[in-house]
Amino acid sequence: MLKYIVKRLLLAIPVLLGVSIIVFLIMRVFSADPAPVVLGQHATAEAMKAWRDANGLNDPILVQYFNFLTGALTGNLGESYYTHTSVTAELMSRFPATVELALVAIIIATVVGIVLGVVSAVHKNTFIDGLSMIFALIGVSMPIFWSGILLIILFAGVLHVLPSSGRIDPLLQPVGGTGFYLIDTLLSGDFEAFFDALRHVILPALALSLYSMAVITRMTRSSMLDTLNEDYVRTARAKGLKKGRVNRHHALRNAMLPITTVIGLQLGSLLGGAMLTETVFAWPGIGKYVVDSILKSDFPVIQGAVLLIGVIFIIINLVVDVIYAYLDPRIKYSQEEG
Amino acid sequence: MTTELIDDDVLLSEDEPNPSSVPPEAPDYEHAAQKPESLWKDMWYSLTQSKTAMVSLVFILLLVVIAIVTAVAPQVLPYNPYQQDLSQSFQPPSMQHWFGTDQQGRDIFSRVLVGTQISLTVGLLSVAISLAIGVTLGAVAGYKGGVVDTVIMRVMDMMLAIPSILLAIAFMAALGQGIDKAIVAIGLVSIPEYARIVRSQILSVKQSDYVAAARVIGDNDFTIIFRHVLPNVLPSIIVRATLGISGAILDAAALGFLGLGVQPPAAEWGDMLGRGRNYIFQAPYAMIFPGLAITVTVLAFNLLGDGVRDALDPKARKR
Repeated sequence: MLKYIVKRLLLAIPVLLGVSIIVFLIMRVFSADPAPVVLGQHATAEAMKAWRDANGLNDPILVQYFNFLTGALTGNLGESYYTHTSVTAELMSRFPATVELALVAIIIATVVGIVLGVVSAVHKNTFIDGLSMIFALIGVSMPIFWSGILLIILFAGVLHVLPSSGRIDPLLQPVGGTGFYLIDTLLSGDFEAFFDALRHVILPALALSLYSMAVITRMTRSSMLDTLNEDYVRTARAKGLKKGRVNRHHALRNAMLPITTVIGLQLGSLLGGAMLTETVFAWPGIGKYVVDSILKSDFPVIQGAVLLIGVIFIIINLVVDVIYAYLDPRIKYSQEEG
Repeated sequence: MTTELIDDDVLLSEDEPNPSSVPPEAPDYEHAAQKPESLWKDMWYSLTQSKTAMVSLVFILLLVVIAIVTAVAPQVLPYNPYQQDLSQSFQPPSMQHWFGTDQQGRDIFSRVLVGTQISLTVGLLSVAISLAIGVTLGAVAGYKGGVVDTVIMRVMDMMLAIPSILLAIAFMAALGQGIDKAIVAIGLVSIPEYARIVRSQILSVKQSDYVAAARVIGDNDFTIIFRHVLPNVLPSIIVRATLGISGAILDAAALGFLGLGVQPPAAEWGDMLGRGRNYIFQAPYAMIFPGLAITVTVLAFNLLGDGVRDALDPKARKR
């Protein structure tokens, strides 16, 4: 197992390097000169040249990449063109917000998705099955920002039961701690703040989870249908075990393998979706920060954020692969042989 | 000896009565050319058996007609979709304005209809880009193997290591606004998916007898890939491409929503949603109808894609 993990870690290094090259190429080589955007159209040519010199944009391209890479390796992603604050510090301060949102979303998506999928498979071709498949189809077809808007209109505009933006009431905001408000408020025993944070996270997490929920529902259903037809399930039923027990312990457990992969992959795609959800719900995470920076051509921020998300994405995929190999020993052995 | 003779006789009588006058590969080509035809007929028949797929197909054709008609004869629209009239801003849906009017007093129904042009164009063209590049790269990687395969697929892995919408946003941030740039950005980020599918399919057919036969009769790599191998992996490419159109439309809407898509006053569904966002409680209809248009269009392509997949894969159909 350790050998497999080490092998996968080593394979991740060139991918990480490649991601840094892609990010760098897009932001520095393909892109237009940021100087007129940052300094304004009326800036003089000298001022623009001085600004480019100060930001290292006139250096040879390889030198620029080397500086970017060595900086990234030491945790220095440069400074924002506008605020001159450290991009690393800005990203880190927003990181818990995005992770909290993504985790709540994946929990909702997983729980609801697996339940719906199992119910559909067990009651195949019934009304319930049809209903949950229609839901799954609409779930993958709705733009994430539109479902967010519909939720805001319904729960904040019509019913007035949930807040439409932000992470927590500013007066209740926890100081210090992990940056995960749900955890911080629980640890400090401030339940009023905890429930306020919970109320704030429900709508964005629900909007973000819909797509993944639909994908997990479909995957669970088809995977369960496969295992329900297996001999061991029939044997278990023939032994006289209760249907519910067979479904849970025999069919679902074996169906979990592909479902696990899908959940892991969805966690990665949630990071992409978070950019849109955070924008809709004014959620102060990395996604909203990147979108705001894009509209201002703040390249160091975009570069740093894309690199950071790419790294997280690779780590998630790595963890999924390892879990997968743990769940299905055949994979580990075939990889070790090859 | 006798069995060989009999075998030869059977082969000859089946293929061509007079082998000496025909180059040996001719029967093989004829056979290869006929096979996909029956596949298409078979697929079309299966597809017509699926009600949802046929309804989706009709709906998509209707969208195509709307896109063409509104482009060629914009006078059929109830209002000029670009004409501002601030005295008419934020009129709720009524008999005059079915979907209401937006902040600038433009008729949302007319703008939603015109919006089909951009969404369908982006969907089709960006998939065409990712298809052309992705299929070629995947085919070359899978067929050649070795260093070529490693290099191509590692680059694909690197692109896949960044969420596609984030990569598209980064492209747009670098390239600047514009629908042409959105098409390129969305097309580029989907390349790895096609390359991967084609590569894995090619690996599975590479060892088959007909490829070996083609190599024996002296076909070059190009002919083998494009003439013998690709037609056999076409079904999975078509399924992916149909579903890819819906993904591209969603991505384009996302870019538009973030303000990275079209230049005003162009009517694009995602852009309309993004501009209505500040008036979400005042004029929810300004966001509901463009969003509905995106969802229904994407749903139609998803259902059609599912139908095509089922039609091409009888195993999936039984589900």
